[in-house]
Amino acid sequence: METAIIVEDLRKRYDEVQAVDGATFDVKVGEIFGMVGPNGAGKTTAIECIEGLRRPDGGVIRVLGLDPGSEAEELRLRIGVQLQESNLPDRLRVREALELFASFYPSSETPDELLVLLGLEEKARTPWGRLSGGQKQRLFIALALVNRPELVFLDELTTGLDPQARRHMWDLVRVIREQGRTVFLTTHFMEEAERLCDRVAIMDQGKIVALESPTGLIRSLGIDRRLSFAIEQDCPDLKLDELPLVERVERVGERTVVYGQGDRLVSIVVNAAEAAGAGLRDVRTEDPSLEDVFLRLTGREMRES
Amino acid sequence: MMRGLKQLSGVDLKLYVREPVAAFFTLAFPPLLLVLFGAIYGNDPDPLFGGLGAMDISIPAYTGLILGSVGLMSVPITTAGYRERGVLRRFRATPLKPTTYIVADVLTNLVMTVFGMVALVAVGWALYRIRFDGHVLDLAAALVLSALALFAGGYLIAGLAPGARSAQIIGMVVFYPMIFLSGATVPLEVMPESVRRISTFVPLTYAVRLLRGMWFGEPWREHMLDVAVLVGLLLVCGTLASRFFRWGES
Repeated sequence: METAIIVEDLRKRYDEVQAVDGATFDVKVGEIFGMVGPNGAGKTTAIECIEGLRRPDGGVIRVLGLDPGSEAEELRLRIGVQLQESNLPDRLRVREALELFASFYPSSETPDELLVLLGLEEKARTPWGRLSGGQKQRLFIALALVNRPELVFLDELTTGLDPQARRHMWDLVRVIREQGRTVFLTTHFMEEAERLCDRVAIMDQGKIVALESPTGLIRSLGIDRRLSFAIEQDCPDLKLDELPLVERVERVGERTVVYGQGDRLVSIVVNAAEAAGAGLRDVRTEDPSLEDVFLRLTGREMRES
Repeated sequence: MMRGLKQLSGVDLKLYVREPVAAFFTLAFPPLLLVLFGAIYGNDPDPLFGGLGAMDISIPAYTGLILGSVGLMSVPITTAGYRERGVLRRFRATPLKPTTYIVADVLTNLVMTVFGMVALVAVGWALYRIRFDGHVLDLAAALVLSALALFAGGYLIAGLAPGARSAQIIGMVVFYPMIFLSGATVPLEVMPESVRRISTFVPLTYAVRLLRGMWFGEPWREHMLDVAVLVGLLLVCGTLASRFFRWGES
């Protein structure tokens, strides 16, 4: 598979803080690549070095075969960028913004196509200052697509959006990939990375601590799946901890929690309970998530860091 | 990137006109002053002004006022505001060249200055049949030089100010004393000697003097000092402004 981005030993320091501390990874053409980690992990610094907006202290970066430092001009023609903290002039209208940004490139999408794609037709004459957060982000995506880029950067796309707007964004990102573009995104929502990304790099304190597909990460770290239920009548014959795939059994109040791995964990436990004549009530399963991966890798919860 | 320049200048102009405060001070305020002071002083020839009327000399003076408000208020507030809010960063992520951005911005502010001056002249002509004894090209050259010098000052303020709010405050601190100490509002002829002495340290004084000279058809050689001061201001402020220009905070 072709490589869209190569990053080797990227380093960037601000005064006291080593924002990026030797990050190495690559992004393949056509994938949705996610960089996840808590706020302040160095994601934005890394993405802005790759976009050519910041100068790294050290390391090698190649984006579409170009050096973002010395070949920024050519690179900017071929990438689309959505920045984390940026704005447009408050009185600039949606269509005007699309026309303006289109004029910066030798070839571009027509504003109408983008308005339709992003569902902004009815907002074409609305000034930036009167758009909602979700509409602003959609316009920013439109601007990132205006030059038909090969590679699109999305930095914290869904921060500050409500769950519905967030889901809408996810659909858009999938559409962008279906158009044959590579997507590099950063997020501090583990769920977002899990739902959207082909591969994720987990970043913590400026370092990449893991890089894999979300399911691969969960599997490789051997993080347990949880199955919990209440048992209607106690049944001494039912020895949950002796069942295959089960690693651990806990009692939490009325409920029993079974930890284990493998896709068949649930059916094995439920069948055994049926066979022993123990009625299970209110069965819940909880699959391990990237949150658990982060906890396992760093020893900290995402939220507290 | 002519397409980008044209598009950006067009958008900048629209945005300028949509900003009520800036549009008011550029387009409406100077003609209003003219009406107000015209009602007080009229436009009869006055030996104090070398036989010209108070309104005659107010036209080039208020043009200096427009230059001051565009260059020292609009330029720093917009530039620092765009920087603070991340507008400039977003532009920088496109192939738009920094020079194209600045040229479009300067053109926009220049065009707005000219619009303001046209409104002023139109009102002056309609109410007082004001005199114009110069040549349009000389006047245009004086206007462009004065504008570039003052705008350079504005970009420098934007570059030095930490944020949009401080850019606005610095702009006001420079602008308000300057318009009263340069002859841009009240003619220096009616000022006491002490104020006239201070006015020689105020850059806008030289712009007002040059504009007035060209308005009434005086030869350039009588205004070499004005030209020299404005060129010097342009070079110094322009160099420093490009040195301190920032695309974003941090």
